[in-house]
Amino acid sequence: MSLSVLLSVNGVAREVALDDPRVTLLDLLRERLGLTGTKKGCDRGQCGACTVLVDGRRINSCLTLAASCDGARVLTIEGLAEEGALHPVQEAFIAHDGFQCGFCTPGQIMSAVGLILEGHAGDDPERIREGMSGNICRCGAYAGITAAILDAERRLAERNRAEAA
Amino acid sequence: MKPAPFAWCAPATLDEALDLLAGHADAARILAGGQTLGPLLNMRLATPSILIDINGIGELAGLHPDLAGLTIGALTRQSTLEDDPALAALQPLIAMAIPHIAHRAVRNRGTVGGSLAHADPAAEWPALVTLLGAQLLARSKSRGMRLIGADEFFITHLTTALAPDELLCEVRVPPSPPGAGYAVLEFARRHGDFAVAGAMVRLTSDAGGKLTDPRLVLFGTGRRALRARRAEAMLAGASAGTALFAAAAATAATEIDPYDDLHASAEYRRHLAEVLASRALEEALARMNGKRHD
Repeated sequence: MSLSVLLSVNGVAREVALDDPRVTLLDLLRERLGLTGTKKGCDRGQCGACTVLVDGRRINSCLTLAASCDGARVLTIEGLAEEGALHPVQEAFIAHDGFQCGFCTPGQIMSAVGLILEGHAGDDPERIREGMSGNICRCGAYAGITAAILDAERRLAERNRAEAA
Repeated sequence: MKPAPFAWCAPATLDEALDLLAGHADAARILAGGQTLGPLLNMRLATPSILIDINGIGELAGLHPDLAGLTIGALTRQSTLEDDPALAALQPLIAMAIPHIAHRAVRNRGTVGGSLAHADPAAEWPALVTLLGAQLLARSKSRGMRLIGADEFFITHLTTALAPDELLCEVRVPPSPPGAGYAVLEFARRHGDFAVAGAMVRLTSDAGGKLTDPRLVLFGTGRRALRARRAEAMLAGASAGTALFAAAAATAATEIDPYDDLHASAEYRRHLAEVLASRALEEALARMNGKRHD
């Protein structure tokens, strides 16, 4: 059985031949495209380490077959910085110590970008924590992560205001 | 790759999907959001020889409100409902329950039909359709269209009335009665995890303040979400009050058949069911009386 999927990955069109339909989006990113920033944690949708954006929405790439994603726009941690400048969420994670070992961080950051795009959480730390509940950090950097997301929301709002002016 | 080998096909139309199901029946599994089936495949608890991926069948997704209530396509993602600003007025209980369903990344893929067809007794959708008296529409080549009441749809743990060649296509939810007050309460170790136990309530009253058609559903407390009919009978026609609610909750806790697992003993689940039922009744009453707007 041979399948082929056409994806936009971080803005670049990629056609990938699949020799097996069992390949998940996570496996495709890591093993076929060499994009190892997205992590494999639990492989059952409980930890959030594999979070990426597909068509602008955060998903667990471990629970999504690559074959189901034909034609999709995928954004991973590798595609977040623009022209060498870190994304405001990345900057805020560094500024607020939003990680320790760093394994969950790509998933945390992609999930945070998705959360901010959804626009439900606002500046309420409780809603941010609830909105990030699908991403586990075993180092326990949750306080820094929440602070980073609050700060990143402010930075993004300022940037949007500056661009509008 | 962890799953056992399977073939994969992605029909573009409902008709094609039904043909494929008719041809493979027992050997096939439907793949929608994959948020439950994915882990089952990875753990080899499910080993279908073919996956029928329905994600490309657009007609199976979407919300259609009309005078008969709300029709929800089986392929509708949980987050589509969560983000719909009209849902809270149309079906307050569904709007209240959705944020309890797993986490946002899961809700972005997971579907209404997938949750119902999987029939986990601790999941929100089986409890929702049971309380709301929804009908589930299934299609197949052999039987055509079939409407199944929520009470008949769930047989037991992970088992539904769907035949192997049937595809769950939509859910029909009757309109919310005017003035109804609702509540959803769950106890889970982490927000978004499956409930150790949960309760959902709908209360309405007549002009004299007597409760009419009260509904109380307990979930995570047995082999399927259960309407506590004896408790409901105690509430029907009575005037709401704390003593009545406590007595009804105690009765409800005797109607369930809870189980032991890693998270909780059956005894603890029974205790939780009573506490949650009582609190959910109080919350629903406060909302019915307009004293609570969250």
